[in-house]
Amino acid sequence: MSEQTIDLKKRRFLTNATSVVGAVGVGFVAWPFLSTWKPSAKTKAAGAPVDVDISKLEPGQLVRVLWRKKPVWIFKRDENALVALDSKDLISKLADPDGTGNSKNQQPDYVTANYRSIKNKESVAVIVGVCTHLGCSPTYRPEPGASDLGGDSWKGGFYCPCHGSKFDLAGRVYAGVPAPTNLVIPPYQYVNDSLIRIGTDQQNT
Amino acid sequence: MKNKQSWIDQRFPLSKVWNEHLAEYYTPRNFNFWYFFGGLAILMLGMQLLTGIFLTMHFKPDSANAFASVEYIMRDVEWGWLVRYLHSTGASAFFVVIYLHMYRALLYGSYKGPRELLWILGMILYIALMAEAFFGYVLPWGQMSFWGAQVIISLFGSVPVVGPDLLVWLLGDYAVGDAALNRFFSLHVIALPLVLVVLVFLHLVALHHVGSNNPDGIEIKQNKDKDGIPKDGIPFHPYFTIKDSMVVVGFLWILCAVIFYAPALNGYFLEHANFVEANPLKTPEHIAPLWYLTPFYSVLRAIPPLFGSQFPGVLAMGAALVIFFALPWLDRSPVKSIRYRSPYYKWALGIFVISFIMLGWLGVQPVTPVNALLARVFTTLYFAFFILMPWYTSIGKTKELPTRVTE
Amino acid sequence: MKTIKLIFLAVFLTTISFGSLAASKTHLDHADTDIMDAASLQNGAKLFMNYCSGCHAISFMRYNRIGKDLGLSNKLITENLMFAGSKTGETITTAMPEGAASEWFGGVPPDLSLVSRSKGTDWIYTYLRSFYDDESRIFGVNNKVLVNASMPDALWSLRESQSEAEFDNSVRDITNFLDYVGEPAKLIRLQLGKWVLLFLSILFVLVYLLKKEYWKDVKYGIWRPRD
Repeated sequence: MSEQTIDLKKRRFLTNATSVVGAVGVGFVAWPFLSTWKPSAKTKAAGAPVDVDISKLEPGQLVRVLWRKKPVWIFKRDENALVALDSKDLISKLADPDGTGNSKNQQPDYVTANYRSIKNKESVAVIVGVCTHLGCSPTYRPEPGASDLGGDSWKGGFYCPCHGSKFDLAGRVYAGVPAPTNLVIPPYQYVNDSLIRIGTDQQNT
Repeated sequence: MKNKQSWIDQRFPLSKVWNEHLAEYYTPRNFNFWYFFGGLAILMLGMQLLTGIFLTMHFKPDSANAFASVEYIMRDVEWGWLVRYLHSTGASAFFVVIYLHMYRALLYGSYKGPRELLWILGMILYIALMAEAFFGYVLPWGQMSFWGAQVIISLFGSVPVVGPDLLVWLLGDYAVGDAALNRFFSLHVIALPLVLVVLVFLHLVALHHVGSNNPDGIEIKQNKDKDGIPKDGIPFHPYFTIKDSMVVVGFLWILCAVIFYAPALNGYFLEHANFVEANPLKTPEHIAPLWYLTPFYSVLRAIPPLFGSQFPGVLAMGAALVIFFALPWLDRSPVKSIRYRSPYYKWALGIFVISFIMLGWLGVQPVTPVNALLARVFTTLYFAFFILMPWYTSIGKTKELPTRVTE
Repeated sequence: MKTIKLIFLAVFLTTISFGSLAASKTHLDHADTDIMDAASLQNGAKLFMNYCSGCHAISFMRYNRIGKDLGLSNKLITENLMFAGSKTGETITTAMPEGAASEWFGGVPPDLSLVSRSKGTDWIYTYLRSFYDDESRIFGVNNKVLVNASMPDALWSLRESQSEAEFDNSVRDITNFLDYVGEPAKLIRLQLGKWVLLFLSILFVLVYLLKKEYWKDVKYGIWRPRD
């Protein structure tokens, strides 16, 4: 009996096999635990699309609604503001005016380039009011030529008080400020002319 | 690798701890089935801590929201049901393991010298665990949570003189309510878990100092070879680390079978009435604590009120627990293991185990005259096991002890 | 030692059986539901929404969860099961205002989210089939299982239009649906269980072989020469 020798090869094989299968088991156990951190069914239900009535929205006026716990701005731009958004003067100051660079994924593909709103509904903008720098909510500064924001070169837009990032009235970021990308346009659609639904995509018609 | 190890060892006794407690910790080679449960108890403690941490992330300790938040975990949180069942069924599994672990001590006299402190630390652990389980059971805020808490806490109200004031202080209110739920939550998720972890550490320190007992109840340290290694000892690592891993996987198999196919175990692990939200206006037809507390609940009910006070019953229930602490000094037998004891001890232990199980079973039954009588009989037998122990362990012929452990 | 064990066992079993005899309860028919039967659950959901949900909420249950678990599309749920104006992520409440409920029934009809867990499926199945005429009661019916229940025989029209066997099946489907509502995770739990046990079986075989291999040392007394 004392002639027995240790089969090291067999031991190593069994140790490895058990360790590998055991590690897979640990992975199987970890998955459900980590999954409990995902948004729950209740949270998802609370993050359902939000309807906003815009029939009483005046030019220049901005309303805020919460969608998925984030502020969303719905505001109306007047003729002058729309002209300014299209002007070379403004566009030259922006980091990514047509949203093809860093800001490629900041808006759904059915919004128009310079106004960043749904076609034929250019005056109304819908923007997630969270600065793309570090998550503060910028303030609404629609008045062109505001002296504290650069006087004549300011065409109206949003100013983030945390670190001084500037955005125009389409949520496009100025060049040379901390924020790296344009503000996010959420998925939204027109249920009818006076009702916007934030959270579902515009159907292609 | 060698370098890294010595770098750490100069700053932290890693190799020393590894060797003293694993690679050169010598364990009797004749451990049997009954020695599985200490390791499993540590597994269960770890599992309860892990699942508890994740449940705490979703539970709301507020009497208005607690019940719904448990259902929220069961339904709305992804995989929340599994974490919750692991915790609720795990609590019962923990007690199964602990009871078998304690029975092992009774079988092989593991509480006898030099392991008295090991036993006492274990008993404190057991009582802390019962408190932990009780507070945990209140949290889901179902009917049984509420009324169970009401009944148990009312026991303190029966303390002479200070009882009523003590009760209000414990509850922070005039009845079980939001204040009680909130403080029980704190005790359940932080205070008692800390106590348990520290006690388990001390329990292990004491164990590794005196060394494990074994089914023969002889000290392997009395028989060492020329290197000072017990002849009947084998290193804990790798032999018992691997064997215990096997036991853990086997145990998890059984646990998972229950969790996936009968997590409530027909009302024994999760009571039916606890799926109704707590209602202070409506007592359930039948209140019983969960199965692991019922033996003591039965003792409480078996003692009739004396002088219009429930206090004697409370004292008896306390005594039923406290008397375990005296075990090392009540046992006069010259041998430890049941293998070498006189038949008197075998009978006594058998009667005790039956009494304990019967008290546990009676605790979930409604009180009837027959049940009340049975509860008194078994309560008497329960206490007789301890009180008569100095007598029956000193009479009768014990078998001769071997010098080396047997297979 | 053997005889001692046998005697203990005999005493133990006699006492247990003696005790359980004393604690017999009212007879309940066996519901015999099968939660894996999708058709039964779908029918149960439909019957529940038509006959029960007017008064009883199942407020821990969400419409879209039922849709996902029972294989019904959102459209089907919206058109057939939901109250007008609800969103699919919402929980299933009742259309009845609480004040009116107290006036009509002397109390708010209970939420049935967890009735299968607190009462059991056999109870639901038997209860719904145990209404009988009793002129002394406000709704003209009484119940054998829940004596003096303050609930009308909500399924009477179903009972009259169906044969006894068909009616039993309808009640079984409602019971099955309520069993699902009591614990929606039961569906995945029962499916997942066998895979978990299979995995643990494989792991056990491996650790067993590993243990057997290492414990050869102990068996043949050759652990000492290690190192």
